[in-house]
Amino acid sequence: MTAKWEAVIGLEIHVQLATRSKIFSAASTAFGAEPNTQACAVDLGLPGVLPVLNSEAVRMAAMFGLAVNAKIAKRSVFARKNYFYPDLPKGYQISQYELPIVEHGQLEVVSDGGGRKIVGITRAHLEEDAGKSLHEEFSDQTGIDLNRAGTPLIEIVSEPDMRSAKEAVSYMKKIHSIVRHLEISDGNMQEGSFRCDANVSVRPAGQEALGTRTEIKNLNSFRFVERAIEFEIKRQIRVLEDGREVVQETRLYDAGEDETRPMRSKEEADDYRYFPDPDLLPVVIRSEVIEDIKRQLPELPAEKASRFRLEYGLNEQDAEILAMNKEVAEYFEQTVRKTSADTRRVANWVTGELNAALSVDNLDITSSPVTSDMLAGLLTRIEDGTISGKIAKEIFRSMWAGEGEADSIIESKGLRQITDTLEIELLVDQVLLDNPVQVGQFKSGKDKVFGFFVGQVMKLSKGKANPQQVNSLLRKKLQ
Amino acid sequence: MSISLEEIQKISLLARLHVSAEEAGQYAVDLPGILAWVQQMNKVDTQGIEPMAHPMDASQRLREDTVTETDQRSRFQSVAPSTEKGLYLVPKVIE
Repeated sequence: MTAKWEAVIGLEIHVQLATRSKIFSAASTAFGAEPNTQACAVDLGLPGVLPVLNSEAVRMAAMFGLAVNAKIAKRSVFARKNYFYPDLPKGYQISQYELPIVEHGQLEVVSDGGGRKIVGITRAHLEEDAGKSLHEEFSDQTGIDLNRAGTPLIEIVSEPDMRSAKEAVSYMKKIHSIVRHLEISDGNMQEGSFRCDANVSVRPAGQEALGTRTEIKNLNSFRFVERAIEFEIKRQIRVLEDGREVVQETRLYDAGEDETRPMRSKEEADDYRYFPDPDLLPVVIRSEVIEDIKRQLPELPAEKASRFRLEYGLNEQDAEILAMNKEVAEYFEQTVRKTSADTRRVANWVTGELNAALSVDNLDITSSPVTSDMLAGLLTRIEDGTISGKIAKEIFRSMWAGEGEADSIIESKGLRQITDTLEIELLVDQVLLDNPVQVGQFKSGKDKVFGFFVGQVMKLSKGKANPQQVNSLLRKKLQ
Repeated sequence: MSISLEEIQKISLLARLHVSAEEAGQYAVDLPGILAWVQQMNKVDTQGIEPMAHPMDASQRLREDTVTETDQRSRFQSVAPSTEKGLYLVPKVIE
């Protein structure tokens, strides 16, 4: 982005809550069922039905609010958001408008310069999800599956506090990490449990007033959020630099073309005519209940990261990477518990080798072929000097390929480190004998050749000689 | 208070009601009368009074998070105008 312009970004994140039943009915929320087999009379909006609020949805929304230091409303009200669309059978979505359950939160994110900044959370309200429209399957008709209708959501609305696509992604990742830690959502983006709308505008740097914004709808991956916002910022700058005006509109991101395009507008769709839902009474949460939920909050990512720094002596970056994902943090701590290896070594392996292997195979840590037991076993063998770090990487690849545990691989492949001084001495002598020219160079003061000798001995030992011993023996012999 | 014909058109579009030009003209006369009648409420001093979200002075009863509904798709779909492969069919809607 040109320094002349400043982008202003706010996000609305929709999070499906991990309740068993729907927000206003006792139908199942399980993903992947046959169409319409989990849509009951309430979800279908049949005449005469009454919504009854799910206590678990209320508790989960309050948990989220407490996790972002927000105010939990002692009294919140459900409202009807009126619009017509076939996957919304009632003709309105039950949502919250004037009195949402969560207000005035905040979250620390990584800013563009790598520092920290606070992003305000305006509100988070409870609402029901709509069904799904399937446009592709039928030529002149649309198929409607209402299984998702009535699934509880919280919509988390941020302040327009972000200034780049990267900051927006950092914020979104933090929210994702929090809802996963709280276990209030599975956060599955492919299945639509975690999706985001981005409001983007640009203004001349230094100007107070906001520019005209556009809204990019339905972004369901971190990468798409980043690319869609980046595209949209560039597009708006181009429009303004051409002397034209940004049109306030809703746009969709096309990942294939990597661009945003205006959505065909639903005429007058922006007039939702909210009013309090007469079918639902105000939701009252007593302060004792809020206190109770507060006491039961699990450890949150930020707290976990600072504990990792204190307890395991990790640097800020490693601590944060490990604490961000609940399963990764558990894997790390399980490994630490099972090995005497230095905690920083464990952290390096989890964020390094393991993480790289997982992303190559596109695997989740919970389905890692190398379990925390196996990694602990491997690291113990580095710690006790049985193998070198370099050989350990080789063994790790073998374990990844399903060849068994570290100890059995070390035995079957004969990878045990050579620590017998006599044996190493033989190797050293051999190398010195084979390379008289380099020995001459070294003796005439060319110190750099020393590394060459170390390399040759290691090669001759197939990487198994203990490097420290090789070093000291070479020093001794070459003196 | 007057209501323009455009406003009548907009309201009927939002409510998905077909209103003919003739009817719209009639509504432009009738609706202001109704609104004026309701507007008498504005004379009441509501300073310091909490807005009422519901006429009943009670709070929402919550239910346990349990699944008790069973699949009744075939019953529900027997009254639907058109279904296929378990889906409700409606005229094509394009985004």
